[in-house]
Amino acid sequence: MSTRAADRPESAERAPERTPNQDPAAPRLKSRHLLGIAGLDAEEITLILDTAEAMKEIGGRAIKKVPTLRGRTVVNLFFEPSTRTRTSFEIAEKRLSADTLSIATATSSVTKGETLVDTVRNLEAMSPDMIVMRHASSGAPELLARICRSAIINAGDGMHEHPTQALLDAFTIRAHKGRLAGLKVAIVGDLLHSRVFRSNVILLKTMGADVWACGPATLIPPGLERLGARSTTSVDEAVEGADVVMLLRIQHERMQGHYIPSLREYFALFGMTPERVRRAREDVIVMHPGPMNRGVEIDSAVADGPFSVILEQVSNGVAVRMAVLYLLSGWDGRNDEALVEGR
Amino acid sequence: MNLLLKNGRVVDPANRRDGEFDVLIEDGVIRRIDKNLPTNGAEVFEVKRGWVVVPGLIDIHVHLREPGQEHKETIATGVTSAVAGGFTAVACMPNTDPVNDHAGITQFILKKAAEAQLARVYPIGAVSLGSKGEQLAELGEQKAAGCVAFTDDGRPVATALLMRRALEYAGMLGVPIVNHCEDPSLKGDGVAHEGYYASALGLRGIPGVAESLMVERDVSLAELTGGHVHIAHMSARQSLRAVRAGKERGVNVTCEVAPHHFTLTDESLEGPPKYDTNLKMNPPLREAADRDAMLEGIADGSVDVIATDHAPHHADEKMLEFDRAPFGIVGLETAVPIVFDRLVHAGKISLARMVELLSVNPARVFHVPGGSLVEGAPADITVLAPDARVTVSAAALKSKSKNTPFDGWALRGSVAATIVGGRVAYRNASC
Repeated sequence: MSTRAADRPESAERAPERTPNQDPAAPRLKSRHLLGIAGLDAEEITLILDTAEAMKEIGGRAIKKVPTLRGRTVVNLFFEPSTRTRTSFEIAEKRLSADTLSIATATSSVTKGETLVDTVRNLEAMSPDMIVMRHASSGAPELLARICRSAIINAGDGMHEHPTQALLDAFTIRAHKGRLAGLKVAIVGDLLHSRVFRSNVILLKTMGADVWACGPATLIPPGLERLGARSTTSVDEAVEGADVVMLLRIQHERMQGHYIPSLREYFALFGMTPERVRRAREDVIVMHPGPMNRGVEIDSAVADGPFSVILEQVSNGVAVRMAVLYLLSGWDGRNDEALVEGR
Repeated sequence: MNLLLKNGRVVDPANRRDGEFDVLIEDGVIRRIDKNLPTNGAEVFEVKRGWVVVPGLIDIHVHLREPGQEHKETIATGVTSAVAGGFTAVACMPNTDPVNDHAGITQFILKKAAEAQLARVYPIGAVSLGSKGEQLAELGEQKAAGCVAFTDDGRPVATALLMRRALEYAGMLGVPIVNHCEDPSLKGDGVAHEGYYASALGLRGIPGVAESLMVERDVSLAELTGGHVHIAHMSARQSLRAVRAGKERGVNVTCEVAPHHFTLTDESLEGPPKYDTNLKMNPPLREAADRDAMLEGIADGSVDVIATDHAPHHADEKMLEFDRAPFGIVGLETAVPIVFDRLVHAGKISLARMVELLSVNPARVFHVPGGSLVEGAPADITVLAPDARVTVSAAALKSKSKNTPFDGWALRGSVAATIVGGRVAYRNASC
């Protein structure tokens, strides 16, 4: 590829590791943003997961760094508290040699009354290449995508989507099961308020899995079946014969909206105990996007037990986010071979 | 100045008139309606073939934003928008800053409207001081100052007790209580209709019964008190059912539907563009079954009035995250094209029914002049161009705000001219 790039006059202006990828058959994502799983087709999802396999290998090296995104600027704009996702993106960016900076609400102009659009336009004036955003409002990344030149990566928006979480979940499932199609995946918890749930349902349905959604009747979103999941309020029915059991966090403030009477009762009715896990297949994996409430949605014996892949999910998060950053950086035809050369 | 509307088809359902007539206006008053009237020095307004002369349209649900929110709309820009939309009169909501809960504010609004000299403005006063739901406003003083109805719009009349007293008291004064029906606990911090689309987009939902529960309450209280309750911007099929049941029992209940609620559904939130804040209003765009119920109610007479809920917001205020943007869209200048295109030309209602919904009934519900073409009455007349092709342009709206979801829509049916008190207040240059 690099020889072909040398024929192009403008390539002289580019750093050698940014040789343009001229191969029209090179796999790529159809959108220059990652706003959600909705809109991705099975091929694109597979491409991200396959790319993440290569990225995972980098994380296993002694020197965990490749020059793929050297000279690119990535802004992590977090309007909601986040430790896991923000750290994961930061590590992914650093492993790809991007210049990164992270902005949290407490230190931004947002507290001074500036609008999201103005905040981002000011950031854009400094020419970042990508903006990774976490925001409490559903649809906030769509708003940015309409006004920004940068690629927007949704790191979680309100109750809408959390695409990189669903991708790392799929990556983890695939690593254990070798496939996604045909698996029974039971998702148990606060379905109504969960962006992790929405992204996972869309991804798993797109890839042909059989998704069962389970939670108290008060926390089941209207129209759930149309989203592609079978719904039940019986945790035993959901878990029966499942290949994957995924738990969602129950937030303490849910008691204010009369969604659940108490965390104690939630655990009694829906908490994932070793007894309940026994209804699943023998090779079941148990997942949780974190942060966990032990003794609420999950018993510690399950969280720390033999079926748990919860920490693996966190490790895989870095590889999947590297894959997303890499694929979006190449969206405009600037795809490069640094990844391969760096090997 | 005298004016002769020549050779127009006059549709005046209140007088069971539909045919070719001339209308002679002298000194701002309709002098004669007859065939082949002599010019007698009057200026001739040539009514083109196909145009229709109807009693002036009246929009009983408009936010003019002045005093206090002049960056969104002023009374002057609001009435300019009104006449461009074919409305000779509008009733304006009291949720200004300060809230119109005192005669002084009503007088201010009427003074500004008189200065603008375009559409007539009928102020609606607040039911409670500051619309806070705590203390009844001075409805008698307010009525004397010019208020034609009372509401805490933007919010519901807070308690059943306040609603009961308001209906009794306003009943004594002979004016209606208009209610924005919405159970606050069920609405919560919802921003979209509760259903599949809100679920898919991760937006907090507002169920239709949040509205209909309060409609049922108000119908019961109107029955108890004998007062007149008017249901503002009805959107849910359950509400329509409650209104119909009330009407069948003889309860004094009337209702209005806004054009967006019989045109759009929550599906449009999917875009493109997704999360368009010009699709955010309260009550929210509901599902297809609700939209269809509104169409049915409009056709069968259960719905009394089409009112726009014209709610201007500055572009900066709408350029926000969906859940942070304010509720509401402008509607004065798109109502007539939508009613023509989606109702009249779609075969759902007749032209006479359109005039009932936009003129006869608004005048009847609020006991304001107009709604018919009567010799000796003020010459408030709208000339409609049913076959004119319109492409809605948000940028070209006369309203100070451009927050419409109908930008770019191609519609058939428009306003040719708006005549207020015998004066041509608006003439559509493209007709």
